Amino acid sequence: MAEKKRTYVEDIDRSLYDFRNEDAAADRKNEGLTPEIVREISERKNEPDWMLQHRLTSLEVYNSMPIPDWGPSIEGLDMDHIVTYVKPDTDQQSDWESVPDNIKDTFDRLGIPSAEREYLAGVGAQYDSELVYHSMQDSAAQMGIVYSGIEEALEGEYADLIRQKFMTLIPPTDHKFAALHGAVWSGGSFVYVPKGVKLDYPLQSYFRLNAKGAGQFEHTLIIVEDDADLHFIEGCSAPKYNVANLHAGAVELFVGKRAHLRYSTIENWSKNMYNLNTKRARCDEEGSIEWISGSFGSHVGYLYPMSILAGRKSQSSFTGITFAGRGQNLDTGCKVVLGAPDTSASVETKGISKDGGIQTFRSSVVATPKAAGSRCTVSCQSLMLDDRSRSDTIPAMDIRCKSVDIGHEATIGRIGDDKVFYLMSRGISEEEARTMIVNGFAEPISKELPLEYAVEMNNLIKLEMEGAIG
Amino acid sequence: MTSNPLLSCRGLSASVDQKPILFDIDLDIPQGQVHVLMGPNGAGKSTLGHVIMGDPVYDVTGGEVLFDGRNITDLSPDKRSRLGLFLSFQAPVEIPGVPLSSFLRAAIEGREGMKMKNKEFKKRIAELADELDMDKSYLNRELGVGFSGGEKKKVEMLQLLLLQPKLAILDETDSGLDVDALSVVSRGMELYRERCDGTLLIITHNTRILEHLQVDEVHVMVQGHMVAQGPASLIDRIDANGFEEYENELAAQQASAK
Repeated sequence: MAEKKRTYVEDIDRSLYDFRNEDAAADRKNEGLTPEIVREISERKNEPDWMLQHRLTSLEVYNSMPIPDWGPSIEGLDMDHIVTYVKPDTDQQSDWESVPDNIKDTFDRLGIPSAEREYLAGVGAQYDSELVYHSMQDSAAQMGIVYSGIEEALEGEYADLIRQKFMTLIPPTDHKFAALHGAVWSGGSFVYVPKGVKLDYPLQSYFRLNAKGAGQFEHTLIIVEDDADLHFIEGCSAPKYNVANLHAGAVELFVGKRAHLRYSTIENWSKNMYNLNTKRARCDEEGSIEWISGSFGSHVGYLYPMSILAGRKSQSSFTGITFAGRGQNLDTGCKVVLGAPDTSASVETKGISKDGGIQTFRSSVVATPKAAGSRCTVSCQSLMLDDRSRSDTIPAMDIRCKSVDIGHEATIGRIGDDKVFYLMSRGISEEEARTMIVNGFAEPISKELPLEYAVEMNNLIKLEMEGAIG
Repeated sequence: MTSNPLLSCRGLSASVDQKPILFDIDLDIPQGQVHVLMGPNGAGKSTLGHVIMGDPVYDVTGGEVLFDGRNITDLSPDKRSRLGLFLSFQAPVEIPGVPLSSFLRAAIEGREGMKMKNKEFKKRIAELADELDMDKSYLNRELGVGFSGGEKKKVEMLQLLLLQPKLAILDETDSGLDVDALSVVSRGMELYRERCDGTLLIITHNTRILEHLQVDEVHVMVQGHMVAQGPASLIDRIDANGFEEYENELAAQQASAK
């Protein structure tokens, strides 16, 4: 795979993400949320009755739950004015030529079709509330791998399996936005990797929210059976509007015995987005989950991918970076439950704040009484680029087992003037010097990303650093 | 002394955190010469090197720095570098996550006469690494991270030879360099002199690295003041007698000024 030609992401400017299309929506649900709207969404999707019931129950839970009072303010998010369902003016296609030009153009500009040709085994592309494209290479299909829209999968061979698993890792009662998701979810991907099947190339889903003042609530459900292996990539972006947009997706990952799943995300929502996403993985015996997570966009973000290590010797590693610039309050981190003997988990995060941005690392490590012999290390480093910005670390640990080994280290620092001077004394401008230092700081994360994303991340950092001087 | 030295400090005074640290320094270095700056610990030798390079930690409170016919007193360090000034650091920094080769590439980027393709660039730095007895694997390692003192020195010399500045200030540590590292520094200086008739200002205590060089002039600093200058023979005198006579002289001058 290393020899393969990689897509090259040219120096980007924000306009790459900021362009917006005229509302291509064929159907746009009214703002606000009522049982009628929920019924209508369900009806339009021709869903089984259990799903409609699930939606209605979730709506009740949503209405009964308070909004979280412990993180960044979400006052700017007026749920009565968030459009929960926007259907693009097309049905799902399996070749790009059939996707309407304006929508295809969006994904072209984001480089998705070319990436698909060059290094992906399959691609799903969601535009507003619905998938507009889904395709997978024949070779992967022949291995028995299923990669499709989750809604079509509700009617197919795996319908029962989905019913068994759907929103069991993230029940609607988990928090208010999980309940909201349960009520109005739309789109997203279903992946099934059969026992012993190892896919060498990643699958990628890309989520684009184009509609103004809307929410995106896609559901991703991935089942990796025993001894199987998968790398899944999730990308997201949106143009900027001056009204709030909401992303409250859910990702549920089931990792079988000795199976391995790598889940990579680069989130670059526009800075009017409230990203209240929930992601959770459950690992059986000796199964392992690897999270790679880059958070760059959004106005407010709450994001804590969670690993439930349910089987003996199961493993989790979390590698994340968060960059909070002007007007951003990003509360990110992860959760780990050591729920079986001899499990192990590592958490390594980097946080950068600049221009008044607020970046908070929040983690929760729980060791249950069954966790004997388990260990977990948490390391988070933060870099504040000026005096107006803020970085915090809030680690929580709940240890209910004597024989576990838990470690935490956190550092918060600034860019050393001596380093900037050294680089400048070699002819490198101040802006470039600072960018270089920040990129270096982020390097342990970027090296974990697929090359295209690493380049994109470096470009995002460069973009954020521009005009940082003076 | 020629009428137009390559580097000139005229009445240069500087302070750090509003505390005066350099007083009315005069220094002239003509093109092609080798000058040595000596003085006891804390005399301000390194400070002078940093102020000439434009370290923003220091405020220039008086005087000016002229380089190659230009007043550079207000220029940022990167501009000074691109005019052909170089400072080898006593304690080079570590920049985690930035490979040495990428840093070197950025350092030559856009410099006149240094346009090279990536292949050519890689060949060039590999050759220089060979000449300095440096393991080429260092080129792919993070700048300075986990490098020994000697390895850091090699990297400084490699930059000197890659950038080929008009004038290099070498701020040498008083101690901590083993024999190997000393010989690398010596070799680097010789190659620099051979290849581009380089001009040097060497800040040192250790006269061993001067053995193979023809020193044109020696300057002596004490407590932020330039107190003496003279021919290479001054080195032997200082080796024998130390700086005491200069310290006493300065104290006497200051007493009479009061």
